[in-house]
Amino acid sequence: MEGGPGPRIREGDCAVLKRGDVFKAVSVLRRRKIIFEKQWFYLDNAIGHIYGTTFEVTNGGNLQPKQEVEETTTETKEAGTDNRNIVDDGKSQKLTHDDIKALKDKGIKGQEIVQQLIENSTTFRDKTEFAQDKYIKKKKKKYEAIITIVKPSTRILSTMYYAREPGKINHLRYDTLAQMLTLGNIHAGTKMIVMETCAGLVLGAVMERMGGYGSIIQMYPGGGPVRAATSCFGFPKAFFDNLHEFPLSKVQSLLCGTFSAEPEEIPLLEEESNGLSEEKQQETEEEPAAETTMEMNPAEEQDTMDIGAEEVEFKENKEKENKENVREKQIKQWERRKKLKEAAALLREKNADGLIVASKFHPTPLLLSLLEFVAPSRPFVVYCQYKEPLLDCYTKLRERGGVINLKLSESWLRNYQVLPDRSHPKLTMSGGGGYLLSGITVILEQGRNPEVLKVEEPSSKRCKLQDLPC
Amino acid sequence: MPGGNYKIVTMSFVEYGDTIKDGDTAIVFLGHESMFPVKVQHGTVTQTKYGVIRHSTDLIGKKYGSKVTCSKGGWVFILHPTPELWTMNLPHRTQILYSTDISIITMMLELKPGSIVCESGTGSGSLSHALIRTVAPTGHLYTVEFHQQRAEKAREEFREHGVEHLVTVTNQDVCKNGFGVSNIADAVFLDIPSPWEAIGHAKSALKAEGGRICSFSPCIEQVQRTCLAMEEYGFTEINTLEILLRVYNVRTISLQIPDLGKAAEDNSSSGFDSSNPSQQSSPCANLQQGTVQFKSGVPLREVVGHTGYLTFATKSLV
Repeated sequence: MEGGPGPRIREGDCAVLKRGDVFKAVSVLRRRKIIFEKQWFYLDNAIGHIYGTTFEVTNGGNLQPKQEVEETTTETKEAGTDNRNIVDDGKSQKLTHDDIKALKDKGIKGQEIVQQLIENSTTFRDKTEFAQDKYIKKKKKKYEAIITIVKPSTRILSTMYYAREPGKINHLRYDTLAQMLTLGNIHAGTKMIVMETCAGLVLGAVMERMGGYGSIIQMYPGGGPVRAATSCFGFPKAFFDNLHEFPLSKVQSLLCGTFSAEPEEIPLLEEESNGLSEEKQQETEEEPAAETTMEMNPAEEQDTMDIGAEEVEFKENKEKENKENVREKQIKQWERRKKLKEAAALLREKNADGLIVASKFHPTPLLLSLLEFVAPSRPFVVYCQYKEPLLDCYTKLRERGGVINLKLSESWLRNYQVLPDRSHPKLTMSGGGGYLLSGITVILEQGRNPEVLKVEEPSSKRCKLQDLPC
Repeated sequence: MPGGNYKIVTMSFVEYGDTIKDGDTAIVFLGHESMFPVKVQHGTVTQTKYGVIRHSTDLIGKKYGSKVTCSKGGWVFILHPTPELWTMNLPHRTQILYSTDISIITMMLELKPGSIVCESGTGSGSLSHALIRTVAPTGHLYTVEFHQQRAEKAREEFREHGVEHLVTVTNQDVCKNGFGVSNIADAVFLDIPSPWEAIGHAKSALKAEGGRICSFSPCIEQVQRTCLAMEEYGFTEINTLEILLRVYNVRTISLQIPDLGKAAEDNSSSGFDSSNPSQQSSPCANLQQGTVQFKSGVPLREVVGHTGYLTFATKSLV
């Protein structure tokens, strides 16, 4: 394989395609057509290359590593001084839509097309140098089909999700996520509780910062945790060994001491096993001691069997299959219950090193319940898309006690264009990236809350007509 | 902070402990952003505005997160140190980086356990502690400081905080002599007056297969020169940003209902009746009527408007 050291793109990886500031996560699979930034191509040729390699899309829809081409920008170009005489009548480009298409069909490279556009523009040499620069950049962006394949990371995935699917992550902007990871002191060797409905992005970010050391208990609503984004990170399998999950619906019972791992209703195993496809068991290492190994269906049948016997045999096989399905289901349920009990035991210790919440739910009930599982002198961070629920959360936490250093904050982010004589903040900016409430737990005393008395904000010097501390 | 013999500490800034031990650095929390670090030591006392704390009886053996009553009757909380708490309380030898910038730096440099990071200048060690925490237990921080006393003080603090195995402090000028390592770093961070002079050294400290770089500069002119240097040395994905934290105080606000008078002369009008003479007295007495109460997140009067520009870039093999 070509290239030097570095992680290589492998089939089955989750890789991120990058073109300028646009990202898209894809599974690296052969003969799978990918659409990205108005281009169609196959990833087959990328397999084996190092992450970070830049490719061009050929006419056939294949990727080809981009050749390093020397930019010929050394000659001083003819340029104007300002735009007072430049009229924008839409007629300055002599090449038509069809002309350009013809060039593309001929297989002319993007760089050459840009050159053609410049030569056929009547106003190009009247533009200022800066305007020419801007023009060339714009055309390059459109016609030079350069794609870089990068390795996923929190930085890349959080930026991608915020740009492409902010709704899936409750509009959690990437710098806000960055604050959460630091405020929460996320690091290797801790026991973290994570409750998120951000497609598994927050979980992935926490896992990345823990590096496989320590343990995580993910609380989830409904039937199971969503980990779509988590799988994009490409963590080694071992990272998932200490990832547990626990349903929110059992939190109350766990806190009250009435928790039971048994399901609420007895499932009808016969119903479930009918016609169900065999799901592969994931990440289950232990075999239940009492159960025997699976039997395989007898694959071959003798050709000489008559129809009647075949029918009977078929029925017998079907029954055997059903019995095996039932057994598989039982094993699965046994496994699930075992894991649930394990997670419950971890929570019951009430010694988690931190709590991260980032969900679509109102944060107050989550905080008030989940903080019970956190040890004293540990940080917690709650994200909410809106500020008001955190005001309520703050108030209720004050009433509860057992927390100090409560802080409600919002992260403000601005990107800059830095070019010689042309440096300024970029023209568009994110209006809001969500809000954070963070704090530190302390030993919760029954009765009076000493912290309430401690945290009365220093009173302002002016009349307290309007201001009442909470 | 009192000096003295160093005991072997099992707690550190990179590993949580449950109980306060002799030799720990603990954070004394007095209330509302008022706190200070303390070196726990048998036989020592610490003065606070609430009275005296005796380490032997009040601290050692107690759980982190405990309330401790001081001699005058007031109380404090004792907290386990974290890099974030350390940043808020460390002794400043230079201007420091705060957690807001540290957070985005950590994420944009893609730091995680096992990462190798180079940093210059070490300064007061605010960022250093955060970096060490993130790359532990298998990573390493190479930090370069050209001021001899500061370099020595940093070494001392890393020792006291139980993290010296994760960091190497070098006393030299990074612009002249680089970081002292080659082709091993996943990331480089620069917070120096002339970062463009260190870009070349940064590039050689980074792994051959690539890595990330960040430069922090208060002035835009510095940023311009640094971006140019990054481009010249073949860095890609050059991106400059700034980040600020806006903090809100949670307050219950009461606003008075204005007296808009009555529609007609009779006294039967209901609603916000303001003809009642008792309205003229203190509004606090009228919390039940004549005022509207609500909770608000009120911004602080004075906030940080600028710390510095952060420029990130990628070193790529291809």
